[in-house]
Amino acid sequence: MPETILELNELHTHFFTDNGEIPAVDGVSLSVNKGEVVGIVGESGCGKSVTSLSIMQLIPQPPGKIVSGEINFKGENLANSSNKRMKQIRGNEISMIFQEPMTSLDPLFTIGNQLREAIQLHNKMSKKEASDRALDMLEMVGIPRPKEVLSEYPHQLSGGMRQRVMIAMAMSCDPEILIADEPTTALDVTIQAQILDLMKKLNQEKDTAIMLITHDLGVVAEICDRVVVMYSGQVVEEGTTREILKDPKHPYSQGLIKSLPKIHEREQKLYSIPGTVPKPKMGVKGCRFAQRCPMAFERCFQEDPELYPLENNRRSRCFLYDDAKREVTENANADIRS
Amino acid sequence: MFAYTMRRLLMLIPVLIGMTLITFSIVHLIPGNPAQVILGETATAEAMQNLEESMGLNEPYAVQYFIYVQDLLQGDLGTSLRSKAEIAKEIWPYIAATFELTFFAMLFAIFIGVNAGIISAWKQNSWFDFLAMLFALIGVSMPVFWLALMEQWIFAQELSWFPATGRQDNRDPMEPITYFFVIDSILHMDFTRVITTLKHLVLPSIALGTIPMAIIARMTRSSMLEVMKSDYIRTVKAKGSGQFLVIYKHALKNAFIPVLTVIGLQTGVLLGGAILTETIFSWPGIGSYVYQAINYRDYPVIQSGILVVAFIFVIINLVVDLMYKFIDPRISY
Repeated sequence: MPETILELNELHTHFFTDNGEIPAVDGVSLSVNKGEVVGIVGESGCGKSVTSLSIMQLIPQPPGKIVSGEINFKGENLANSSNKRMKQIRGNEISMIFQEPMTSLDPLFTIGNQLREAIQLHNKMSKKEASDRALDMLEMVGIPRPKEVLSEYPHQLSGGMRQRVMIAMAMSCDPEILIADEPTTALDVTIQAQILDLMKKLNQEKDTAIMLITHDLGVVAEICDRVVVMYSGQVVEEGTTREILKDPKHPYSQGLIKSLPKIHEREQKLYSIPGTVPKPKMGVKGCRFAQRCPMAFERCFQEDPELYPLENNRRSRCFLYDDAKREVTENANADIRS
Repeated sequence: MFAYTMRRLLMLIPVLIGMTLITFSIVHLIPGNPAQVILGETATAEAMQNLEESMGLNEPYAVQYFIYVQDLLQGDLGTSLRSKAEIAKEIWPYIAATFELTFFAMLFAIFIGVNAGIISAWKQNSWFDFLAMLFALIGVSMPVFWLALMEQWIFAQELSWFPATGRQDNRDPMEPITYFFVIDSILHMDFTRVITTLKHLVLPSIALGTIPMAIIARMTRSSMLEVMKSDYIRTVKAKGSGQFLVIYKHALKNAFIPVLTVIGLQTGVLLGGAILTETIFSWPGIGSYVYQAINYRDYPVIQSGILVVAFIFVIINLVVDLMYKFIDPRISY
């Protein structure tokens, strides 16, 4: 049994706005094991980013707030830990990189200064030692001429280079887990592949678990061991990458996979799931996906489905996999046969 | 940085030429003839012609301007009509007085304004934010002369904490060296005098610094609020740094460019236009010097006063521009 290092348990993060309370994360449970790469997939606005920011306690507050649930990190619940404790954890045990490498580095300080800052916040080191470590980190993430880059400013680097610097910064204190919030979305395709390779390499060499947030199933196929599919603030499906890509169980995942272009099929038009993601609202009844689901039946609009466990540690939030229902249908089938 | 500084210095030349052209033409815009203004309406034609010749007024304008600039380059600002003294020598104590007052007024304005702005942005919508911004609003709207009079009434007359007027105790004047009285009293090694000199500075500095303080506080707050939302601040937090590092290292530096602009402009305004405050506090600064010259129609002094103030303004802008580059490596011209 692999060691679980991060486990979310019924996490609820809500935003309190002028238009009422918005449950951006609505009961998310998931886990990340040691050294594992977990992909979190879903459309824009499904709560992926808010989930990751909740783990780091970086939700802008107000308006956001973790209302209930647990964030268990190595047996410690971060949801109610102090600001002081979070400062020790951030960047040291859990670190994070972001979608926009162009704006994620402070434009007024050199790369070296910003790397040293991250290192010295968590290690008692002299400036010289921290500089050496910063240099090692830049070399590790494959920055050419790392010595010069240390004294350069972010605007002198390309987007791909800046994302490498961000990764170097995030990895500088050997975190247990790296949360990557759409790290390749703002980069062009060749650079995307390089950054993914780098993350995979770090994952294997340093045994750092990675929680990769993305909307790109290609990225998931490339590096993830396991996938969590989110929809409207909830986890709708969970399983290994291979199984989910080959045999998606939840109608939403099926739709996502169906909408990927396939290299050996010529079609005039790409499939797309009808409708759009509904805005999260308080007190919604029934399955969130029911409105857009081709297989929806009456019960989907009346009751909330649970995450039903399936074979091979898979889970799916769909009544199609409700044991009770399955029994009923199986019995019915049996009746018909007899 | 060096190339940038040189470029900025070169760009000063056309500005300075424009400035001297304007101050030069002031004398020639006077209705009638400068000679007549000097000699009065009852002057004889002969006396006027003599004066015109001695002042070079019968030369072509181009030649006159050339002579004017030549004199300026040699540090000759002309002669006061009233005191018959050389303006270049006479004007220095007034400049020093204004500099000293402006320095302390801006010190007060920047220290209080920037910090109030930071705390207001950090604790947005708190009672501190609300109170600070209310005071800032009152500060910008309050007439300087009213604030000055209130200060004198409360702190000088009723409480006797600070002297109401002047730069020093006039019964016991000091031998001036640099005419910056704080520096002078330190040079004299006379520390009770340092205290009295500073006490004389308190009320006028607050009166003069209140409006810049309010403007700086509001500018700092809005600029900080903008920066605190940015991605790189989130990155700094994600590194695990505390509030102090986030606010005073990263956010403040990024938020400071617009604040610096305001500080530069306000310093220029204070140096040039503190006539009201200087008059109320009997502060012998450049404002009151030029004001007296206007009363006496002392044109060379008015001309020089305007030139000096404009020159200071240009220098402050230069310093601010150089500081931009120092703060933000992306800036280039």
